[in-house]
Amino acid sequence: MSRKQSPLFLERRSYRVRRVMDAAKLMPFLGAALWAVPVLWSGEGENQVPTSRAILYIFLVWAALAAGTLFLTFWLDDSIDSDRKEGP
Amino acid sequence: MGALNILVAVCLTYVALLFVVAFMAERAALRGRATWLRSPLVYTLSLSIYCTAWTFYGAVGNAARSGLEFLTIYIGPTLVMIGWWWGLRKLVRVGRTQRITSIADLISSRYGKSPLLAVFVTLIAVIGTTPYIALQLQSVTLSFASFAKVDPQAMQFADSDATALWVAGGLAVFTILFGTRNLDANERHHGVVMAIALEAVVKLFALVAVGIFVVWGLGGGVSETLARIDASDIGTWQVDNGRWAAMTMLSAAAFLTLPRMFQVLVVENENERHLRTASWAFPTYLMIMSLFVVPIAVVGLDVMPEGANPDQFVLTVPLSQGHQGLAMLSFLGGFSSATSMVIVAAIALSTMVSNHIVMPIWLPIAQGGAVISGDVRSVVLLSRRFSIVGVLALGYFYYRFSGGGAALTAIGLISFAGVAQFLPALMGAIFWRGSNHLGAMAGLLTGFLIWAYSLLLPSFGPGVFLSAEVLEHGLWGIGWLKPQALFGIEGLDPVVHTVLWSMSLNTGAFVLFSIVSFPQPLERLQGAQFVNVFQHSGNPQGWSGGVAQAEDLMVMAQRILGPVEAQALFQKAAVDQGLVGFLPEPTPEFLQSLERELAGSVGAATAHAMVSQIMGRATVSVEDLLAVADETAQMMEYSSQLEAKSTELSRTARQLRAANEKLTQLSVQKDAFLSQISHELRTPMTSIRSFSEILRDADELSPADLEKYANIIHQEAIRLTRLLDDLLDLSVLENGQVNLNIRQGALQDLISHAIASTGAETSGLSIRRSGIAESIMMETDLDRLAQVFINLIANAQKYCDADQPELTIQVTERGGYLIIDFTDNGSGIPAQAQDMVFEKFSRVSDRQAGGAGLGLAICREIMSRLGGAIAYLPGQGGASFRVSLPITLKMAAQ
Repeated sequence: MSRKQSPLFLERRSYRVRRVMDAAKLMPFLGAALWAVPVLWSGEGENQVPTSRAILYIFLVWAALAAGTLFLTFWLDDSIDSDRKEGP
Repeated sequence: MGALNILVAVCLTYVALLFVVAFMAERAALRGRATWLRSPLVYTLSLSIYCTAWTFYGAVGNAARSGLEFLTIYIGPTLVMIGWWWGLRKLVRVGRTQRITSIADLISSRYGKSPLLAVFVTLIAVIGTTPYIALQLQSVTLSFASFAKVDPQAMQFADSDATALWVAGGLAVFTILFGTRNLDANERHHGVVMAIALEAVVKLFALVAVGIFVVWGLGGGVSETLARIDASDIGTWQVDNGRWAAMTMLSAAAFLTLPRMFQVLVVENENERHLRTASWAFPTYLMIMSLFVVPIAVVGLDVMPEGANPDQFVLTVPLSQGHQGLAMLSFLGGFSSATSMVIVAAIALSTMVSNHIVMPIWLPIAQGGAVISGDVRSVVLLSRRFSIVGVLALGYFYYRFSGGGAALTAIGLISFAGVAQFLPALMGAIFWRGSNHLGAMAGLLTGFLIWAYSLLLPSFGPGVFLSAEVLEHGLWGIGWLKPQALFGIEGLDPVVHTVLWSMSLNTGAFVLFSIVSFPQPLERLQGAQFVNVFQHSGNPQGWSGGVAQAEDLMVMAQRILGPVEAQALFQKAAVDQGLVGFLPEPTPEFLQSLERELAGSVGAATAHAMVSQIMGRATVSVEDLLAVADETAQMMEYSSQLEAKSTELSRTARQLRAANEKLTQLSVQKDAFLSQISHELRTPMTSIRSFSEILRDADELSPADLEKYANIIHQEAIRLTRLLDDLLDLSVLENGQVNLNIRQGALQDLISHAIASTGAETSGLSIRRSGIAESIMMETDLDRLAQVFINLIANAQKYCDADQPELTIQVTERGGYLIIDFTDNGSGIPAQAQDMVFEKFSRVSDRQAGGAGLGLAICREIMSRLGGAIAYLPGQGGASFRVSLPITLKMAAQ
């Protein structure tokens, strides 16, 4: 509702914050996509993926996602308040 | 080391430590010095109750059996946490603005505050959590057994069933002591959260310690351990794709809908900003928790004999290597995981049971019972204690009936699939305004039935609830109704099968029934409030402060909160509003805080209903209506401001009217007093004059007449003197010229003296004395205080209109004050006169008029000189006066 009221173009800073919000919203989809990769690994024959490599991949994704989320929270730190001001 | 009795001693010491931590945290919270209690770190650690004994023991077992599949259980919650901006943030905001106390409360409150839905959600939650609690019992029992194997001479319980029973009993007592010591308005438990945070550290530390020991102690370093992993039975990626996806989804859903997770995520959340830290810190915690699982499993498979239970590797691997200390640490880690889960789950479930099942049944039955008792609080606490025992008993019975042999992961997944049924209704609640009550009900019912039929009941094995015949050929021999192959689709994994059918049909029914039916107005309003929570985060419902009966509210609040808390609450509100006495103006703010206070005892829905019983229906404010009608923001802002202003104006007008009325009354009283005083003075004067004239003029008077006339003159003179004394007394007191004669004496003697001087005992007024020991020594002006007591007792004697007048004198000590209540059983003082009783020359009724109306005014002056106060206490069933004295004027007895 209030989104309709807010101006079409924003200042540079609030524009940046909006995009960080978008990124924060996309994080779980990124995570789901990366962790869906093992589904493609074949379970038979010569191309079997060794467990050690699977562990390495999954935990690296994990660490990267946690670090990415941490990074985004720094950006979102001030924006919660401006987000509140948006509403009537 | 390692003896079972040492183990028991270690458990008890550990529990005692948790108690101390919880107790200190609660004390610190009470004093408001607990800023570190509310740190985001504590919040993050409290979320770790997601990692139960299932994680601690079961994950290794699962890894040993089916490789990396165990990771799905932690990947799901990680996805939810890193996606906090979408869902959790909104859920927490809704929870805070709507004062949500449980997941049942949230769902029922969103769908039109429906009590039926709340009951239904509560029942599913209880049934769904039962296997989970059984899992904890089983894991602790197994860990005891692992120690017993090493040291057979040690003290042992009869068998594993007995161990489980002892553990269940111990946990019940522990939870009751922890979670039901007090009732908090927001269902927050600082002590419990702190203890859980400590347990989170213990279990992480224990698991990492075992992991380091396995990798560097037994495995020979990182690269060698990795090589060992690849060489083992689980050396290649062999996870079933369906299970990988279904279990990730399931754990993500369960993370949001498990009652205990909802409790720590939403209800115990102190500050929305904590979510920001938890969004990356909790995934990190999960990552570290699962880091060493595979190495422990692989090394365990290597070093342990064939057939050893992999669920116990965390414990048995260090034991088999002779590292008793490490095994003990690992045991404590497992014990922490199990206890913290059971405590929070039992607290969350007992809150739901007492708020949504016991209270709605008990309140109407007990209507009109004891008026001043706070009895509801004790009922709430009692029902919570019983629910805790009941929940643990259910867990124990599940453990017994399911045979206690299944792998931990299998049991845990049954629970997950059960509570995941809340997900469609929960997501609809915060994202889809069109979802409604009927849809939620239909979805939950469908999902629950499919889950129970296809997963829960078969888990007991053939012949317990479902016969082998039904399991093999379907209900009534219909192939489509085979519990583990519904609709003729065979060959699916049981968990995937249940998740697939229950979640899809649940969602389908929810959407379909929401679309075809029409919601109630309250539902639509709540829908807008929930879905658009970031647009208008104001308070949910405004009570319009009509001409309300503050005294009725007080009677109700006393009944629920107990007289002490209720009076304190009302008095504080009155003081905040700048009023004197116990009855605040029923402003919307006050009503809201009252409702919140009540909600802590009886749940939000019931509290709302009770307040609306007294206030008339809850008013849907203009602001709320406009929000629903999608009006423009400026309109809403403007008119709500106008409305607020007009409410405030009318409130000010009401206060002005009251002040004006009081002034008019005062002026009338002054006039009345003048004529009264002239009358009072003139009557004795007249008789003195006439009789003294007779004495002067009459020549022959008999000695009898002489004495009679002289007596009359004497008595009238005494009456005059008394009146003048009173007036003088009052004016001296008012001008502050009085000299206090401070002495020591016992309160008991003072009251007895006051009763004796009024002759109350012989006049038919029976007096009951109760409360704390009256033998308290006081140091104050005893004569003045006695004067106050005498006045109050004499008033009861004169004005109490009951057939069998009775006066209760109760002494209590509270908040640095000594409080003496004088309560009679008459009809009390009418509300409009309560303001005036302490004014000079005021008389409540002309009936039995005995004095000049100066008594209470003098009492008030005396009490303020003594540093105390006297006030009229409304809502006690009769006239009641409260005398309070600061405790510094009292001295400890001898």
